Amino acid sequence: MSDKEKKQGTNISRRNFLKGVGTGTVAATVVPSVLIGSEQAAEAQEGGAISSATIQLNINEKSYEVEVEARTTLLTVLRDGMDTSGNNVDLTGAKLICDRGECGGCTVMVDGQTVYACMMLAMDAQGKKITTIEGLANGDDLHPVQDAFIQHDALMCGFCTPGFVVSSAALLNENKTPSLDEIKDGLSGNTCRCGTYPFIFDAVKTASRKM
Amino acid sequence: MASWGEASESRLIGKRITRLSGKDKVTGKAKYTFDINRPGMLYGRILRSDVAHATVMGIDMSEAEALPGVKAVIPLIEIGNKLRYQGQEIAAVAAETDDIAKDAIRLIHVDLEELPHVVTEADAMADGAPQIRDDWASNQSEPNIREDGNLEAGFAEAAVEVEATYHTAVQTHVCLETHGHVAEWEDEQNLTVWASTQGVFGVRNDFAQHFELPANQVRVITEHMGGGFGSKFSPGVEGHAAAELSRISGKAVKLMLTRKAEHLVAGNRPSMTQHVRAGATRDGRLIAYDMKGHGTGGISSGAGFQAPYVYHVPNLRTEKVNVATNAGNQRAMRAPGHPQASFAMDSLMDELAEKLGMNPLEFRRINDANEVRQAQYTLGAQEIGWHRRNSVAGSGTGVKKRGMGLGSGLWGGGGGRGTEARVTINSDGTVEAVTGTQDIGTGVRTVIAIIVAEELGLAPTDIMVTVGDSQPGLPSGGSGGSQTTPSVAPVIKTAAAAAKQKLFERIAPLLDAPVGDLRVGTGTIYVVSDRTKTITWQQAAGQLGMESISEGGQWDEELRQNGAAGTQFAEVEVDTETGALKVIKIVAVQDCGLAINRLTTESQINGGVIMGLGQAILEERFMDPYTGRMLNANLEDYKVPGTFEIPEIKSIVFDTHRKVTGVGEPPCIPTPGAIANAVYNAIGVRIRELPITSDKILTALVEKKA
Repeated sequence: MSDKEKKQGTNISRRNFLKGVGTGTVAATVVPSVLIGSEQAAEAQEGGAISSATIQLNINEKSYEVEVEARTTLLTVLRDGMDTSGNNVDLTGAKLICDRGECGGCTVMVDGQTVYACMMLAMDAQGKKITTIEGLANGDDLHPVQDAFIQHDALMCGFCTPGFVVSSAALLNENKTPSLDEIKDGLSGNTCRCGTYPFIFDAVKTASRKM
Repeated sequence: MASWGEASESRLIGKRITRLSGKDKVTGKAKYTFDINRPGMLYGRILRSDVAHATVMGIDMSEAEALPGVKAVIPLIEIGNKLRYQGQEIAAVAAETDDIAKDAIRLIHVDLEELPHVVTEADAMADGAPQIRDDWASNQSEPNIREDGNLEAGFAEAAVEVEATYHTAVQTHVCLETHGHVAEWEDEQNLTVWASTQGVFGVRNDFAQHFELPANQVRVITEHMGGGFGSKFSPGVEGHAAAELSRISGKAVKLMLTRKAEHLVAGNRPSMTQHVRAGATRDGRLIAYDMKGHGTGGISSGAGFQAPYVYHVPNLRTEKVNVATNAGNQRAMRAPGHPQASFAMDSLMDELAEKLGMNPLEFRRINDANEVRQAQYTLGAQEIGWHRRNSVAGSGTGVKKRGMGLGSGLWGGGGGRGTEARVTINSDGTVEAVTGTQDIGTGVRTVIAIIVAEELGLAPTDIMVTVGDSQPGLPSGGSGGSQTTPSVAPVIKTAAAAAKQKLFERIAPLLDAPVGDLRVGTGTIYVVSDRTKTITWQQAAGQLGMESISEGGQWDEELRQNGAAGTQFAEVEVDTETGALKVIKIVAVQDCGLAINRLTTESQINGGVIMGLGQAILEERFMDPYTGRMLNANLEDYKVPGTFEIPEIKSIVFDTHRKVTGVGEPPCIPTPGAIANAVYNAIGVRIRELPITSDKILTALVEKKA
């Protein structure tokens, strides 16, 4: 299974279906609870309001209590979410780029596996350990992949960089000494438009020697 | 006369230096416009036309306005006006969440009277096609005709002739950060806009004009931006809409384009079709060139290209027209017109060379007056191993066949006046460098730091660089035409030199030496005639007391140079059973004058090659002639290069002089031509249309057999 297939998993149809339900007929949306798998979100909605639920998410070893709708993606919580005390989650390192699980700009780790945060519903992330680009470094000590990306100039505009860094770190967790072809395969779910690929490959090789 | 000095004297300039923004970018801390979250901020969305051509008969926004969470709804087109392409703006909303904004868009009801459309050039040029521009006599612009020498005499002198049609597809920019803004009014007279732009001051002036404000009451901030490639110079409809929604609602509004809209309305590289007849003499001189060509930039013009390109032909006639189609406007895209022109010309060169029985490299040497490129040919040929090339195209054995080709390009990139900059030395030893340019990913922040640090004897990380903000009131031009570094570098250097001079004047008495004898070391200032007299940078700056030194810079013609020649060699492998094309290696020999930062220069060359590769083998905007819609307005069906397409790339920084030249655009120019010629050399069948996809290769191979 390629990296891209792993990331998308089975969430693709669910999320699209739910998004469709949520946005298509807003005046009378009732999201079947069976699809959500969450009792909290199963509250019936009336009068045109969309139901929401308060959930706990564990992001970068910190607990966040956030109110979400059934259709809310993990990426939306990270980027635009607000906790119940009114503080922005503001983890904007993961980017919204293609909004359909194609480009890897929103890659995060969920229980150690890379996931496209735009393809995962926030509710499905409950009880899981979410690591974003902001949680990859150990305090001021950058992850070896982060160091190597800087050293090799494996970034230009930098918009795709967080996704590539997370994917690279996940690749090296699984394969300590990837060949060039294995690096290409491992990062095939990420897209860069500036054309930083050659230096990304170099950076991953350097990081693999340091890990 | 100002100069950058000799390479041997440079401590930093020309070295490989990691970029200052690196840490923020790899940790997710770098804030792009898309990442700005303001207190109480609303989310904006735009309702766009889903048809290619229609008259707007009515817009009903009442249901959208009534939706809880919606704070503002505005029309973006007047009733009775025409929508002329899919994606054109109809109305905009601002709501408390992006999802509510999305819902609200669906509650706006639009009454349209559809009109016949044309979305392909063939349809637009057909007899009886519906005319879609009121200001043209047909769907074609007045032809642009150029004549030189005597075409008939030229063809009479020709020993060989080639007649062929070359075509390149429309490409879209695919900026990963879509176009967009966060607009926030401080009061009725002061507007702040975070903009994903490659022209901070141009955008500021545009907003000021649009809202009739004094320019300095609009502040535009672009700390980081996620790609522009020529498409992000003005706020566009979406920028004005964001600011208007913010004005009405009294809240900050973030309005970023969707991926689909980015493909439809945020610019594209026009197509090109050239029908060429050309001739060369027996001794290999281009002698006659007759070209009729066209391209479409959608509903706008701008589908220009140079023909002939790079190589000189004494006798020629060219005729070019723009074709209007019901599709989004073209915008400048990385070396506008050049990759198309290079692909057609370099394909033609190879076709003529073959008819002459001449090595295509030799044929170019005869016809290329550019001395830089002549030297590049030698270097590139060595690097790719040109001697391994098939002397007879398609003569390799086996299912997978390899071939080699080359292509050439030329760009300006000399920069220009109009940048103001300031370098400040504070008494605590800190140094600030400020200018109103923007870093679109090329690393100009780091370039500025390197220049100042070199001048002052410090490290690049010692320099606090501010770019991407109009507030300091130090204008600079847009990042287009590969002009950023050559425009900014001279001004920064002269500002740093002026600040250094002022500091020398202050500390000369302390060192008991004439000002002219002072020099910077590494973190020190010393007297050249008596090196025992030295003080640290901190001690020197400490002499300033409560005052800072702050000096402006000046444009200096001598510090930059226009003209960046490039050539590229490609090696490819074609699977003759599946048509699969794999680019094995690209050697890019790129003239770039003085590379201030060799590391980021290499990054730019890599990036140009990869964008050129995308155009060569993947990228094409597909329009459906029946519905008038773009069929691949997403990142799944519009293919940009991914990891699997990346060949070995040898980027050679060909720095032949010590004056600054921009290099953002030129490396994307020669790639498609080089790849196309390599494909021909591999399989002996020429693909004259970009992108070169498997289906085209297989079809051509079958036709060859038949």
